[in-house]
Amino acid sequence: MKRIRLSRPHPAFLHPQQQPSSLLQPTPLAACIAARHRRHASSVSQRPDSKHVMFPGAVKSAFSSAMRFEQPSSYPALPTYRVVDQSGAVVDTSFAPDLSDEEVVKLYRDMLTVSIMDVIMFDAQRQGRLSFYMVSAGEEAVSVGTASALAKDDVIFSQYREQGVFKQRGFTLNDFMNQLFANQKDPGKGRNMPVHYGSRELNIHTISSPLATQLPQAAGAAYALKIQRLQDPSIPPRVVAAYFGEGAASEGDFHAALNIAATRSCPVIFICRNNGYAISTPTLEQYRGDGIASRGLGYGIETIRVDGNDFWAVREVTKKARELALQDGGKPVLIEAMTYRVSHHSTSDDSFAYRARVEVEDWKRRDNPIARLRKWMEAKGCWDEHKEKEARDSIRRDVLRAFSEAEKQKKPPIRTMFEDVYEELTPDLKKQMKELRSQLERYPDEYDLSEFDGGKDSLDR
Amino acid sequence: MRSSTIRPLSSALARASRAPPSATPALLSRRRQYSTHPPNAKLNLPTDYSTTALLAHESKSALGNPELPPEVRNGTTKRMNLFQAINDALSIALAEDESVMVFGEDVAFGGVFRCTSKLAETYGGDRVFNTPLTEQGIVGFAIGAAAEGMRPVAEIQFADYVYPAFDQLVNEAAKFRYRDGACGRSAGGLTVRMPCGGVGHGALYHSQSPESLFTHIPGLRVIMPRSPLQAKGLLLSAIRSNDPCVFMEPKILYRAAVEQVPTAAYTLPLSKAEVLKEGSDVTIVSYGQPMYKCLAALEKAERDLGISVELIDLRTIYPWDKESVFQSVRKTGRCIVVHEAMVNAGVGAEVAAAIQEDHETFIRLEAPVARVAGWSIHTPLLYEAFNAPDVARIYDHIKRVLEY
Repeated sequence: MKRIRLSRPHPAFLHPQQQPSSLLQPTPLAACIAARHRRHASSVSQRPDSKHVMFPGAVKSAFSSAMRFEQPSSYPALPTYRVVDQSGAVVDTSFAPDLSDEEVVKLYRDMLTVSIMDVIMFDAQRQGRLSFYMVSAGEEAVSVGTASALAKDDVIFSQYREQGVFKQRGFTLNDFMNQLFANQKDPGKGRNMPVHYGSRELNIHTISSPLATQLPQAAGAAYALKIQRLQDPSIPPRVVAAYFGEGAASEGDFHAALNIAATRSCPVIFICRNNGYAISTPTLEQYRGDGIASRGLGYGIETIRVDGNDFWAVREVTKKARELALQDGGKPVLIEAMTYRVSHHSTSDDSFAYRARVEVEDWKRRDNPIARLRKWMEAKGCWDEHKEKEARDSIRRDVLRAFSEAEKQKKPPIRTMFEDVYEELTPDLKKQMKELRSQLERYPDEYDLSEFDGGKDSLDR
Repeated sequence: MRSSTIRPLSSALARASRAPPSATPALLSRRRQYSTHPPNAKLNLPTDYSTTALLAHESKSALGNPELPPEVRNGTTKRMNLFQAINDALSIALAEDESVMVFGEDVAFGGVFRCTSKLAETYGGDRVFNTPLTEQGIVGFAIGAAAEGMRPVAEIQFADYVYPAFDQLVNEAAKFRYRDGACGRSAGGLTVRMPCGGVGHGALYHSQSPESLFTHIPGLRVIMPRSPLQAKGLLLSAIRSNDPCVFMEPKILYRAAVEQVPTAAYTLPLSKAEVLKEGSDVTIVSYGQPMYKCLAALEKAERDLGISVELIDLRTIYPWDKESVFQSVRKTGRCIVVHEAMVNAGVGAEVAAAIQEDHETFIRLEAPVARVAGWSIHTPLLYEAFNAPDVARIYDHIKRVLEY
């Protein structure tokens, strides 16, 4: 008996023109609505001799008389797109840089700045100058490269290892330092742990510690942008970009977010930094499928896997993803950027407790996103040893200057602890503020108020 | 059972639920598979919503509400049950502000309790829509939309199913403004609606009242109306409020509570309790459906004992109106707090603690503050009548605080 071979070549291996028209291709909104009506149970009928199941839950599924369980292993791993190889040579012949030499240099300097600031601040934490820090060594290209392909008005939700996104968007060294030292110039008003940056002007939502909570929020924000543009077509089209690690993708919120973004056709780009570790947990203990990218298809989301150490690849991919996200009235896109977490998870972690030093050294030597872009720039003739040294020296000086300025600043007024819980201070909070003030009055030696702007008087309101 | 038997039985049940209590045939109560009222009860009678003084049965009494603005008081009213009043408020909110969106599980066809009837047809599928079945997704999505300037009204199908969204509510919605600081963004546009409370046969997962969990979260406003008129005004306040609001709707009142509701748009104040009845001997503080039980109990107690009872509806459970409660208790010297949710660490604990903590109120106390609430158990199917505070238990506590 002849068997019908049901498995099609994997979409990833098909040229765009050959793409099968499948349910994985999000349809325009109108068609979605039509499809929903089509899929209404009462209108789905099963014609005799039909080759396809007409169950409302899977309308394009062909019948098969051969029982075969699909095996993840029978599908090749999704490929990893790259533009520039480890030696800085261009491997995608269709690639043409869309940035001037000055623009590339600027983005390279952003990556360098994050990496130099990381080293200094990590040491500063070790000296007890700040309570906590997280570096993003090895992931500078993902953050700077993706951010560089977004528009200024695009809204960003991040996890915590995206310093490069802030830097690329215009966060200054002073902005970083004010937050890290929780001084009175910190827009977070000294309420959040270090590295929990946020910016209104740059359209980046304030970072919160709970993992993956930002993902369904990003879907909702993207839906808001979409609706606002429907209501006022003069608003330029915008997308939301949401960053997260491969560990966070195990949270239920990841599932909720991708599913709701797909069903509501939200213009959101989900950007996963797959760096191989969630603190001490390697990916083998995080998932058993083909990374995060393979999941996107299951949600009906266009997906790509990219070499996260290749600045040009992440930039190109994000640029295209943004275009896709705005098509057909909006739809989600998933990018999985493959990298390696060169550093410890945070200042509270010693990663040599769970991975070999030699593995890390290997990665550093073999493939570093900053070195890779540098090789490309040197080959192009817009960078050299001298410029590198000059850049590193001046960035280091600037970081140290911003550091000492921020460290010297006063802390916000103590009153700040009671504000912004609600839009207005509630009677309860006013009463508690008074009570704290009287406590500070009666036990002056028990509290150090010297650093706080206005001392205890800020509580008089 | 043959369907020919089922049909007459269910229509008889439907008739019985509409009929006045005395007309309930004993035969039916034997056939019913869940809690019902005992035939010889004098206190634990079914609430007669058609006569209770808590509902405005006449247009005049609805419009006489002093909290309503003058232009509303000169307007018209319409008979609405609770779900219709919710629907009316949502409709007004959608009409007056294009940043309002209504979504959740099954809201597009009108909702499993009909609260969102006709809204999708009227305001379009872009603003009134179904979401996938994911509570954490619904609330996370709503927070993101609120943070980008929309006013989402998210529905959780039953309060019992809000827990998957607890992280989003506690760690995200409630803390959004605080952590954003000078950036100035918040999830203030967010309102999360959820049906709550006992319904006679809801058992473990269709009966819960988790309000006290939300009162332990700085940054959230927790609201529970007692009637259609209240629901409309408080829901519009919640939607217009710039703080994230948890709006809990006693599901047993959806169809049962019917009153005249002003047709115009109006709001009622948040964080303001309402003294529904003045009295001098005991203060009863409650909210939501037990208000009806409290009223029945105090009417009986006043007749039997020749006393007068003050009845207060908290309405907003957090941040709550301490001052109104303190003033009342300073006058009466006795206080009973009544709620359906279990007694331990419930709203009654907070109210009682605050009363005894307030110097001027503490010295006026003539008796310990009493809590009449659910036992510290889950809500079991068969035993609801023994668990939820009923007229008899409230009546008994009125006697007890007086006898102390």
